[in-house]
Amino acid sequence: MKKELRLLKGNEAIAEASIRAGADAYFGYPITPQSEVLEYLTLEKPEERTGMVVLQAESELGAINMVFGAAGAGRKVITSSSSPGISLFQEGISYIASAELPCVIANIVRGGPGLGTIQPSQADYFQATKGGGHGDYHMLVLAPASVQEMADFVPLGFDLAFKYRNPVMILTDGLIGQMMEKVELFEQIPRATEFDQDWVSTGKTPDRERNIITSLDLQAVDMEKRNLRLQAKYKKMKENEVRFEEISCEDAEYLLVAYGSSARICQKTVQLARAKGIKAGLLRPITLYPYPTMYLEEIAGKLKGILSVEMNAGQMVEDIRLSVNGKIPVEHYGRFGGMVHSPNEVLEALEEKIIKA
Amino acid sequence: MSTEAKSIAIKDIIKEENLVHRKSPLMTDKMLSYCPGCGHGTVHQIIAEVIEEMGIQSDTIAVAPVGCSVLAYEFIDVDWQQAAHGRAPAVATGLKRVMPNKYIFTYQGDGDLAAIGTNETIHVCNRGEHITIIFINNGIYGMTGGQMAPTTIEGMVTSTSPYGREVSSMGNPIKISELLAELPGTYYITRQAVHKPSNVRKTKKAIRKAFENQDLKKGVSLVEVVSNCNSGWKMSPVRANKWMEENMFSFYPLGDIKVDGELVK
Repeated sequence: MKKELRLLKGNEAIAEASIRAGADAYFGYPITPQSEVLEYLTLEKPEERTGMVVLQAESELGAINMVFGAAGAGRKVITSSSSPGISLFQEGISYIASAELPCVIANIVRGGPGLGTIQPSQADYFQATKGGGHGDYHMLVLAPASVQEMADFVPLGFDLAFKYRNPVMILTDGLIGQMMEKVELFEQIPRATEFDQDWVSTGKTPDRERNIITSLDLQAVDMEKRNLRLQAKYKKMKENEVRFEEISCEDAEYLLVAYGSSARICQKTVQLARAKGIKAGLLRPITLYPYPTMYLEEIAGKLKGILSVEMNAGQMVEDIRLSVNGKIPVEHYGRFGGMVHSPNEVLEALEEKIIKA
Repeated sequence: MSTEAKSIAIKDIIKEENLVHRKSPLMTDKMLSYCPGCGHGTVHQIIAEVIEEMGIQSDTIAVAPVGCSVLAYEFIDVDWQQAAHGRAPAVATGLKRVMPNKYIFTYQGDGDLAAIGTNETIHVCNRGEHITIIFINNGIYGMTGGQMAPTTIEGMVTSTSPYGREVSSMGNPIKISELLAELPGTYYITRQAVHKPSNVRKTKKAIRKAFENQDLKKGVSLVEVVSNCNSGWKMSPVRANKWMEENMFSFYPLGDIKVDGELVK
């Protein structure tokens, strides 16, 4: 299949990209604003296109544990949900992280807490980047800011998931999930036919020992070893996988930091600020875990202040403050509970909270 | 008879043709973590024998639960996945859907299958996944120290029903196998025991059938094994088996519930 231009919703882009990335299975449960992923997949008949399995589960608990089973067989597995459903995933994600299984999980975030609202939000930042379920673990978190990236981050997510044998989250929101943009789709990647016999549960053949996929070590000394292995993996991710985009940062005195939808809004704010003579720049973290801590630490000396612009009550701002370690003022601005800030609101906040403060 | 003559006699007896029981080569050498007298070890041996006799070791993937049998993966020499509490049927679904020609079975206790995992159990049966479920029903939470289970019978004393299960406030014991038999996605459901050699033989036949049914692709096959939990019941193994016969079997009668997709009347 040649590269192809399509006009797609963000959710549809994830679905189409799953088929093209050579995914073996998708297990999911409907929830607004991400149901188009499952709808698109069932309509597209991927079992005919590539042999990919698509199954609507009885619940998010069912879906994430189907992911566990298929991922344990070495398959490329993807699922998606939105905030309340992602909360139900957490048990399974903790087990997946502990058992070191690869998979991709898309969270099309909506306003919370509780049943919340169906409008876009970034209030799941803590849950996505700090663990979410029980125990010391991290997902690798990718934050797309366009429908193009919704598509491109699916194969990237699979590559990273298998490289580290770790769950990867595509953390986006209802705005990018629902909006339509032009997407250049990558060519079909064939599904894998061989699986890493060092760890997969595909049936014990005479040439190898049986493989056991578990997250249990009854002896604390063994569980500590497992934890140390996980921590070593996270350290490697921090060294090798930090991704971010700089926009007008070279001569910036004031830095906006924003990801996903909020980064799109802040791009306009930078233009408005520059027109007023304010030297503003934008840092867009693409990986939220691992976070661009080193970059912020290095650039902090050249800046007068940072505004973290998030569609939540102030979550990522904590990571920025840890990165710059008190060297310069770091404030938060953002609308939340499903509300979305405008470029002008962000500019006003920059002037009030950072420049005039 | 002298000591020497006796030892020669025993040596003469230990011969392949005289073998009436042996440890299946599919049972590992790991010492069983189950209490002496518990039925789990017997069921493990039966499963190992069935997999061995069918020659399907390299095509079998097992799913362990949370509960006493959480470490089942230590004992049977096949590939395993250890699932979260109650989620084994969902894990098995994921496995079977990406490997439709492999033999997938779950091994679950009553708390796992009939309380926390009821939703996963009902829906795996309702979808008619072509898997085998081995369900050990001992009417109690053994692993956590003998608390009331969904299958604890009326009046039974446990650590969380210390005055006996009172159905008016604690609810009724659930006959999950009969409930699942009503679903069109189940093909074979039977209730057996392993406390006597004759029962062991019947259970082995049932488990063999439950595995062979996966070839037919006609839905779930479930073998419930009513078993004792002498530690949890605070009884000697012999007394626990007697108590099981006298109290459990009247509520959980042994025998086939559904065969070849038809309810047994």
